[in-house]
Amino acid sequence: MSIKSYLAHPYQGKKNELIKALSSIKQCEVVPAKNKNLLILITDTKDNLEEDSIKEKIEAIESLKLLAMVSGFNT
Amino acid sequence: MYTSVLTDRRSFIKKMAMLSAMTAAATMFPGILFAEEQERGLPKSKGLDWKKAPCRFCGVGCGVLVGIENGKAVAVKGDPRSPVNKGLCCVKGYHSVIAIYGKDRLTKPLIKKNGKYVETSMKEALDLIASKMKETIKDHGKDAVSIYGSGQWTIPDGYVASKLFKGCIGTNNVEANARLCMASAVTGFMTSFGMDEPMGCYEDIDYADVFVLWGNNMAEMHPVLFSRLLDQRSKRNVKIIDLATRTTRTSKASDRSIIFEPQTDLAIANAICYEIIKNGWVNKSFVEKHCNFNKGLTNIGYGLEDKFKFKDKPQKISFDAYKKFLEDYTPEKVSKLSGVSVRDIKYMASYYGDPNKKIMSLWCMGINQHTRGTWMNNLVYNIHLLTGKISEPGNSPFSLTGQPSACGTVREVGTLTHKLPYGVVMNKKHREIAAKIWDVPVENISPKPTYHTVEMFRALDRGDIRFMWIQVTNPMVTMPKLKRYRDAAKKEGRFIVVSDIYPTPTTDIADVILPAAMWIEREGMYGNSERRTQYFEQMIEPPGEAMSDTWQLIEVAKRLGYEKQFYYKKETHIEEIYNEYTKFHKGKKHGMAPLEVLKKESGVIWPYVDGKSTQWRFNAKYDPATTKEGFDFYGKPDGKAIIWQRPYEPAAEEPDNEYPYWLNTGRVIEHWHSGSMTRRIPVLHKAMPFAYVELNPEDAKRMKIKTGDKVKLTTRRGNIVLPASVNERGIPAPMQVFVPFFDENFLINDITLDSFCPISKEPDYKKCAVKIEKV
Repeated sequence: MSIKSYLAHPYQGKKNELIKALSSIKQCEVVPAKNKNLLILITDTKDNLEEDSIKEKIEAIESLKLLAMVSGFNT
Repeated sequence: MYTSVLTDRRSFIKKMAMLSAMTAAATMFPGILFAEEQERGLPKSKGLDWKKAPCRFCGVGCGVLVGIENGKAVAVKGDPRSPVNKGLCCVKGYHSVIAIYGKDRLTKPLIKKNGKYVETSMKEALDLIASKMKETIKDHGKDAVSIYGSGQWTIPDGYVASKLFKGCIGTNNVEANARLCMASAVTGFMTSFGMDEPMGCYEDIDYADVFVLWGNNMAEMHPVLFSRLLDQRSKRNVKIIDLATRTTRTSKASDRSIIFEPQTDLAIANAICYEIIKNGWVNKSFVEKHCNFNKGLTNIGYGLEDKFKFKDKPQKISFDAYKKFLEDYTPEKVSKLSGVSVRDIKYMASYYGDPNKKIMSLWCMGINQHTRGTWMNNLVYNIHLLTGKISEPGNSPFSLTGQPSACGTVREVGTLTHKLPYGVVMNKKHREIAAKIWDVPVENISPKPTYHTVEMFRALDRGDIRFMWIQVTNPMVTMPKLKRYRDAAKKEGRFIVVSDIYPTPTTDIADVILPAAMWIEREGMYGNSERRTQYFEQMIEPPGEAMSDTWQLIEVAKRLGYEKQFYYKKETHIEEIYNEYTKFHKGKKHGMAPLEVLKKESGVIWPYVDGKSTQWRFNAKYDPATTKEGFDFYGKPDGKAIIWQRPYEPAAEEPDNEYPYWLNTGRVIEHWHSGSMTRRIPVLHKAMPFAYVELNPEDAKRMKIKTGDKVKLTTRRGNIVLPASVNERGIPAPMQVFVPFFDENFLINDITLDSFCPISKEPDYKKCAVKIEKV
């Protein structure tokens, strides 16, 4: 069981698209910055398998330029 | 792993993860807003009560709001009302309450019996401490007992320690770890201005056009203040110049990163002064009215030998003599010594010299932990004094502190061997003031300073000191040339008391361990870098028998027979102590706000005069203590600041054939000093789990060293093996390495050198010679 937080950088002009794509993944919670081209992403997964699969899905999103992990907790 | 105190632990952890990300984002994108989300991300319940406090970690003094639920601290957020941080917090601040609830908190006093620690009652432990102190004084004299405290002591902690040792017992064996980080700033202020602490305040950041960071990795060490600099850049296109010996996150975020050879900052500062004079940028009217020129002794030594003594002999000189002295510091000559290009020296000088640019110089450990630390402080002031860029909004030489109350407690209360809450022990009038307020015979207060920190531990080794009480600090991680002092503490006939909240390498050498109340488990005040005094109430109960450092000292003082002086009541002692302490600072030069004002406000800057803070001292426009128009540097008898002639002199130990690299030590953003608290915060520990040695990528390539490889560092004091870090957090210049000191499993101070500035007695942790080998 792990909870991780990331900084997700969208391509220019693709912020809303990225919010929509990430929000559609059940294990993801998204907090967009109000005034910058950046999102905070929190993932909450039950095991390593699910975590890997979610990470793969996220990295396949076209509007995502860069994903940088900030913190991780094993619960 | 941290165990949440909330019923919904998972949701709490999710919120903490979110806060970590917000903090990282705030560092990278100054001015980024998540305000509503931040509020939404914090635990909400009817029982949650938000209370204000200053952050417990660095010297910035951010205002935080601590969420209390069912007697537990469960969350932290930046206080939007605080003018320091305006609602922001760094990664340590956001997670600070987790440090309260580590599984191995000390909750019972422990006494060492037959080599093993045995639990005892607080009464028995305090009785033993008092009886050991009496016995030591009887057998070896009053100068055989000592206390070593901290810039993390609250104001009341430091005040009662000073009163007990200096006023009642009659020894000046009072020191604090701020000697290791801020002493050069103090002697710099005293020699240049005759009064300690910055003349300006953080609001200078909102007015300055240029920021020069002198050996100061602000992005990691003062991240919230650094985000204020970056915020100004996004709004006003200000310039940030990072002058350092190593490429850091600060360098990467700056407009210009300038790397210099260690120790040559002395020459660079003089070269800037040379350029200012040569180009006619001197503010002649300011200098004529408000400055004197002095020179002091040279070739002043490094304090490497026991009982080292030094006393400077200031001598007045003329402007022409000073100008002549600077001819040795042309940009061309200094460029050869420092490795900084002539162009970059002129670039910095041109900003200082431009009358239309307001400029802030900021520094911390790079300048202070320096065998010529006092000189370096003087030299930065020289630049500001020559150009008249001082004591007005945006023109500000600003010495940053490292600890939450290095200023408030160590410097203002005066918990150093030579200091009193007002003035110094050497001054009869100052001793009389202290004796009157402390209600002790004036003869009790010795006119002679005893030992500064390094010498205090040397005295413990020699046997001149037999009893030492250590509070809120971890010297068995932080002392330079540590092995000597660890062995000293373990010698027969020494008695060591350690008050702390967790087991540390320092509790390992203790004969008695006292569990201490941490931060919001007791009431107190801190004073930050900008002269801001901040109050915090007791919000939660300390665990087990843990007791505040203040009350521990009071209990022992009473047992030593000083009931009259330590008359304080348990319920009201903090208020009584603060009211007594502020008697020392009455008046326009250092008046302090009444407690009821501190309770309402997010801190108050002293001098507090007629209900107002004084933000810029020495300037008649802002400072009611001035007695003449324009500027009045009233710390000096003639109201004039001093421009000091201070030369370049080499470091105590420089690289040679046998030890060809420079060793530099320091901190990382995730950990507070020796890591005893932050290494118990899982998210921070995971982010930065162990120490490492940073190498220059070219050096690493030549030695075939990759990140993670084991590297042996050898100095004349010993050796240590660390994992390598190449092209990661920081990048040292060629032939230099950097090691952070937060990790008690890799005690880098076992191999550092205990050289110090002969004036401030502050050790130089930034420079010694080391050999590097791949293991």
